[in-house]
Amino acid sequence: MTTTTKPVNQKAWFLILPVFICVAFSAILPLMTVVNYSVQDIISPERRVFVGTEWFAKVMRDGDLHAALWRQLTYSFAVLAIEIPLGIALALSMPATGWKSSAVLVIVALSLLIPWNVVGTIWQIYGRADIGLLGAALKGLGFDYNYTGNATHAWITVLVMDVWHWTPLVALLGYAGLRSIPDAYYQAARIDGASKFAVFRYIQLPKMRGVLMIAVLLRFMDSFMIYTEPFVLTGGGPGNATTFLSQYLTQKAVGQFDLGPAAAFSLIYFLIILLLCFVLYNWMQRVGTADKEVVS
Amino acid sequence: MKKRHIFLAAYIVFALLPIYWMVNMSFKTNQEIVSSFTIFPQHFTFANYLTIFTDRSWYSGYINSLIYVAINTVISVSVALPAAYAFSRYSFLGDKHIFFWLLTNRMTPPAVFLLPFFQLYSTVGLMDTHLAVALAHLVFNVPLAVWILEGFMSGIPREIDETAYIDGYSFPRFFVTIFLPLIKAGVGVAAFFCFMFSWVELLLARTLTSVNAKPIVATMTRTVSASGMDWATLAAAGVLTIVPGAVVIWFVRHYIAKGFAMGRV
Repeated sequence: MTTTTKPVNQKAWFLILPVFICVAFSAILPLMTVVNYSVQDIISPERRVFVGTEWFAKVMRDGDLHAALWRQLTYSFAVLAIEIPLGIALALSMPATGWKSSAVLVIVALSLLIPWNVVGTIWQIYGRADIGLLGAALKGLGFDYNYTGNATHAWITVLVMDVWHWTPLVALLGYAGLRSIPDAYYQAARIDGASKFAVFRYIQLPKMRGVLMIAVLLRFMDSFMIYTEPFVLTGGGPGNATTFLSQYLTQKAVGQFDLGPAAAFSLIYFLIILLLCFVLYNWMQRVGTADKEVVS
Repeated sequence: MKKRHIFLAAYIVFALLPIYWMVNMSFKTNQEIVSSFTIFPQHFTFANYLTIFTDRSWYSGYINSLIYVAINTVISVSVALPAAYAFSRYSFLGDKHIFFWLLTNRMTPPAVFLLPFFQLYSTVGLMDTHLAVALAHLVFNVPLAVWILEGFMSGIPREIDETAYIDGYSFPRFFVTIFLPLIKAGVGVAAFFCFMFSWVELLLARTLTSVNAKPIVATMTRTVSASGMDWATLAAAGVLTIVPGAVVIWFVRHYIAKGFAMGRV
């Protein structure tokens, strides 16, 4: 949002109001409940004791939580490191016009439209060495592949599944960014005799900056909150190898019914995402502006 | 063949193989799926699809899902439109903070909201209704819709608004008759994304429903746990869940390419 030239108009608040009410009903009220729980020990609905920051201290010292957090961070950064470059490459290689572009667009988007638990279910069979295509193929190539027993295999399978599932989002956004570049830019580059890499580096990449920022943020948020796919595929196992934060939280909240600690955990979880998104957002904004100075 | 063609072809194979495997499974019998590895169905059968179309507990899942996804998409886009307009046209007290605050809701893991939602909707008596799921999904769809629409609107020059006001248009009339047609593409893209994220979400949809509004995603998980592993029906149901989304994307495919970039780049 660039605000430099916008007229000041406080009545604009009335236009925001519907959104505010909707989100307040479905976000602020629940969030208040979470905050409320996080400082109480709920023995039964009638018996509650104020415990202050005790749950927060307890959660912060939880070794399993630290392990889940590290697993989550490694996973999210692996997701970004693979999906962003792959998505950009895909966007660059998709045809620009004609029926081919429509067909490729729809094929690429297909995996986004599959409900998350179906994604998990497909890969559950797909990866089985006895009856699944991927598993059988890997076995045929001589790998001793077994995602249910081997922690590393399980982790990589979840990652590959995510790449398959979500790279299209990056590709679609990048593709949209590319299509908006006027032909004049390419013509100018041709006259200058710019190399393909120079065209990418100084024209295409800066022009994709805005949409790529959305892509990076969305992918980061969503991979950090991943729940359904690994839950269906591996159930968090073997052992704890693919138990990410959301699943750990759900185990605590629903499984053990520890409302207080679960609420404290929720808040810490939320703050971590918020902090990381804020850092990413500001970092990308800086990188983007530095780029612009080089170009102009 | 250029390098990029080979790369694209390789990716398409990578993208389609798992989907092919599901389609393949949906035409097999359970026995064949579990006992042997076959590239093509040996005993080709439509029985799995027939089960879904004739069993009420299956097909009502699709209807329930479509209902709450439709309600959610309509609410999300219609509340997001005026808000996105305000963000793209005016500056006002706390505008940037509100914008970022909206985005933070997109960052909240649904797992965090699970229990509070359960209690909130129980209290107001909305449990197991389509409206409950539709409202719950607003948390992540409204911010996204505002975000997308704001991008589109910023691409429309402000002179258009000013000219319309000078010509004597009132704000509502200007918005509906002049502005809305200009950002049609944006509405299409925003609606597509709302549809998609609401359609594929499982955790909240499953928690907030039990019988009357049970979505197809939940029907699938429960069938698995109840009657052992009915892989074949599950695969057929999975294939059918792709269909509505594929139809929607076919209609907005031109906008997707054009639209996202306007104003955002």
